[in-house]
Amino acid sequence: MSFEKIHTENMTLHYGSKMALNNISISIPEKKVTAFIGPSGCGKSTFLRSLNRMNDLIDGVKIEGKILIDDINIYDKNIDVVTLRKKVGMVFQKSNPFAKSIYENVAYGPRINGVKDKKQLDEIVETALQNAAIWGEVKDRLGDSAMGLSGGQQQRLCIARTLAVNPEIVLMDEPASALDPLSTSKIEELIVQLKEKYTIVIVTHNMQQAARISDLTAFFYLGELIEFDKTKKIFTNPDKKQTEDYITGRFG
Amino acid sequence: MLPEYYFSIMTKKIKKRKKSDTSNSGLIDITKKKFRWSDYLAEKIIKGVAFLSITIIILIFFFVFRESMPIFSSAKPAETTVASQEVQETYGEVTDQSDKQETYGEVTDQTDVQETYGDVVDTTAANVAAESYTVSAGSGHDDNQSALKTLMSKEWYPVSEKPRFGLFSLIIGTFKITLISILFAAPLAILAAIYSASFAGKRTKEIIKPTIEMLAGFPSVVIGFFALMVLATFLQEVFHYETRLNSFVGGIAMGIAAIPIIFTITEDALTAVPKTFNEASLALGASKWQTAFFVILPAATPGIFAAVLLGIGRVFGETMIALMATGNAAQMGMNPFESVRTLAATIGAEMAEVVFGDTHYNVLFLIGSVLFIFTFVINAIAEFYVKGKLMKRIQGK
Amino acid sequence: MIKSFKNNIKGILIEGLTLSSALLIIAIVVVMFTVIFIGGKDQISWEFLTSFPEDGMTKGGIFPAIYGTALLVILMSVAAVPFGTITAIYLTEYAREESIIAKSIRFAVRTLAVIPSIIYGLFGLGFFIKFVGTSMDNAFLGGQLKWGQPNILWASLTMSLLTLPVVIVSVEEALKTVPRDLRAASLALGATKWQTIWKVVIPGSISGILTGTILAVSRAAGEVAPILFTGVAYYLATLPGSLSDQFMVLGYHIYVMSTQSANVDQTMPIQFGTTLVLLMLTFILNFSAIILRYRIRKKKTN
Repeated sequence: MSFEKIHTENMTLHYGSKMALNNISISIPEKKVTAFIGPSGCGKSTFLRSLNRMNDLIDGVKIEGKILIDDINIYDKNIDVVTLRKKVGMVFQKSNPFAKSIYENVAYGPRINGVKDKKQLDEIVETALQNAAIWGEVKDRLGDSAMGLSGGQQQRLCIARTLAVNPEIVLMDEPASALDPLSTSKIEELIVQLKEKYTIVIVTHNMQQAARISDLTAFFYLGELIEFDKTKKIFTNPDKKQTEDYITGRFG
Repeated sequence: MLPEYYFSIMTKKIKKRKKSDTSNSGLIDITKKKFRWSDYLAEKIIKGVAFLSITIIILIFFFVFRESMPIFSSAKPAETTVASQEVQETYGEVTDQSDKQETYGEVTDQTDVQETYGDVVDTTAANVAAESYTVSAGSGHDDNQSALKTLMSKEWYPVSEKPRFGLFSLIIGTFKITLISILFAAPLAILAAIYSASFAGKRTKEIIKPTIEMLAGFPSVVIGFFALMVLATFLQEVFHYETRLNSFVGGIAMGIAAIPIIFTITEDALTAVPKTFNEASLALGASKWQTAFFVILPAATPGIFAAVLLGIGRVFGETMIALMATGNAAQMGMNPFESVRTLAATIGAEMAEVVFGDTHYNVLFLIGSVLFIFTFVINAIAEFYVKGKLMKRIQGK
Repeated sequence: MIKSFKNNIKGILIEGLTLSSALLIIAIVVVMFTVIFIGGKDQISWEFLTSFPEDGMTKGGIFPAIYGTALLVILMSVAAVPFGTITAIYLTEYAREESIIAKSIRFAVRTLAVIPSIIYGLFGLGFFIKFVGTSMDNAFLGGQLKWGQPNILWASLTMSLLTLPVVIVSVEEALKTVPRDLRAASLALGATKWQTIWKVVIPGSISGILTGTILAVSRAAGEVAPILFTGVAYYLATLPGSLSDQFMVLGYHIYVMSTQSANVDQTMPIQFGTTLVLLMLTFILNFSAIILRYRIRKKKTN
């Protein structure tokens, strides 16, 4: 029995014949920020995408082992993937707002879920934009196209869009890597606030970012989970030599 | 050895998480697989419709061939056909060129048929014509065997008393036109494409390319009209030949129709050659024209070959220009300045007047099958060249 | 130095040769257009466009031909646009790139694109008229001849097969301009595949669907061979009132008038006028499609 929000046991993933993830066992607690770090190509994004089954979209992916969210194996054949993705939201590396208005972007999720009442939608949109710390900047131009926002604003819009669906977990795949330092710090502030309500799992290649904002850190290398612990410990006194080498910049 | 954190959790007081603990309103139950009607329906319908496009090809293939098959079936006992008098004297060398002029297309009057094959002048022929038409209407199925024998003969007289379906003259006519049109269009289009791809500046290119591609927007009936009204007169004044509408005029007109295809595909092939080839050649001190002709052109040869092939395919099956500008006389001479009749034009001219189920009807479908196969094969070869050889060449195999 | 001078001359000559070829082609385009314009411009008038032909086509207008062309094109679009759009959606959204089905469909589409237009006419006759039409007559009308003969319904369906590849290719191009991560974003929000297509992909490709439609319309307006024996007529006293009627079109009008007119001198101006109308029509349509396509490509590179 597990107590954590997300729990995996011996999870292995193959792209065709190539093994991308080997025997990942990890327990991620709720309402904390967990960071995945590691050099490029080490599998951290792949693992993240397995948590909301976005890997299903890729041909030839085979997954073994268990991934449990709230004690339910999400790869069980009775699982409704579409509903799963409402529970586990995702923010992508490059912001991808729809070519619609700011309002419509955020309202997209609720509309899909059947919310039709305008007042309800207005409320959901406002709440989501506030939670994403962008309400003040856009409240007077909700009808404008989302494509007119800056990179950092678009990313926060995408976060708002994800929040509007009311997920429990928010997965973030290098959310600030394409942004300038100012926008990055705004997003980092936002993430720290969000953990009060949501479980956050964030993939980042920026170690300092992980050190700044996460409670727990997992170090991945070549498809394996090398070490997973409180952030402070990982960065000051890691158990494994590989972790230490990576942290101190000897490779990666 | 467990990670420290996991261990510390286990030693802490384990708080049983109540379901209502989740701060999110409403349970998100992921365990029931929902069946979504709209998605299911959408997928089924979309797949079904997409399959139809393959079905259509097969259907076209099937039906066109099916209607031509009766020719090859065994003959039923033949009714004794009427007049033993063969209309022998009446076909053959055309003596009076001017008769050619009158027919461009649809045969509406039976007596006209006789005139175009350049033969009988006297009235008895008109009677024979009338008789033979009724005869062939009745004996459609019966003459299959004999009709089959005439397929490779030289005489195309589908509505004479003893129908002859010699495709040979039609095939010659089609080839003549195709040859002339490609000899005209290919060098022009290819050279123009070389200019556009290798010599033209950006702004010039933006004027030249769209203008030439505009040519593709001319409906073939308009090109045919232009050829019939203007081009024929013009060329006749320049070259001083007798017959106003002949394979030369038709060929040039068809060439005009083929130019955009050859141009566009050649230009695409030339620009598809990696820029690095261009840079390497110039860096070695070669001039623009040397690079264009000795580096880029050879690299794009498969694509150019495909372009010409597709141009040929276009011309081979073109109907309206043939109907309007070639004179529509089934002749076989080598002279480019005499009228010809193409396979496609024959279908276009005669199908409306033919009796359903008649041998004539079947032969026209047979011609259609020939056209189908021919363009199919040309397209397959062209694709093979572009996909296979062009890509291999550029990737260096 | 002499060698490079010679080379230079060679280069100039060659460049000149290729330039002349390009200019010659352009000259052909310009001459064709000019001749038709000059020959026909005096004919164009409101009356010409809205009245019926009179006096054996030597007087009057070409309204029924315009009407017939419009009707043909509309019916064709109703059949071809949804069909082609759905096929394109299948190819980009549902089929795996390398699957046999996708390859076969693409091959079928490319083959359809190169078949001579007259073959479609044969198919229209052999399948729609003689097979479907006659079966309909036998089944619903007890053998009475109504659907088993050329009419605007069969002609439109025949034409729609001809323009199908055009629609499919244009729509596919537009669908591909919708970036993949927009689909990912939609799915990650808990939308189903069809919801994603309907609410994100299709709205993003409307301009491509429009381009395909315009190109198909332009093609259908000018092609004559497929309808030669599936429904078109030279002179009808009335406009087509039902699907089982025959109809007139601009292209066929030009063809018959120019090749079989009894009185060439008198009908000549009308011939040129009709040709000019058809030419302008196709040009405007093609031009709009090109502009739309340019806009789509720009959006992609942005």
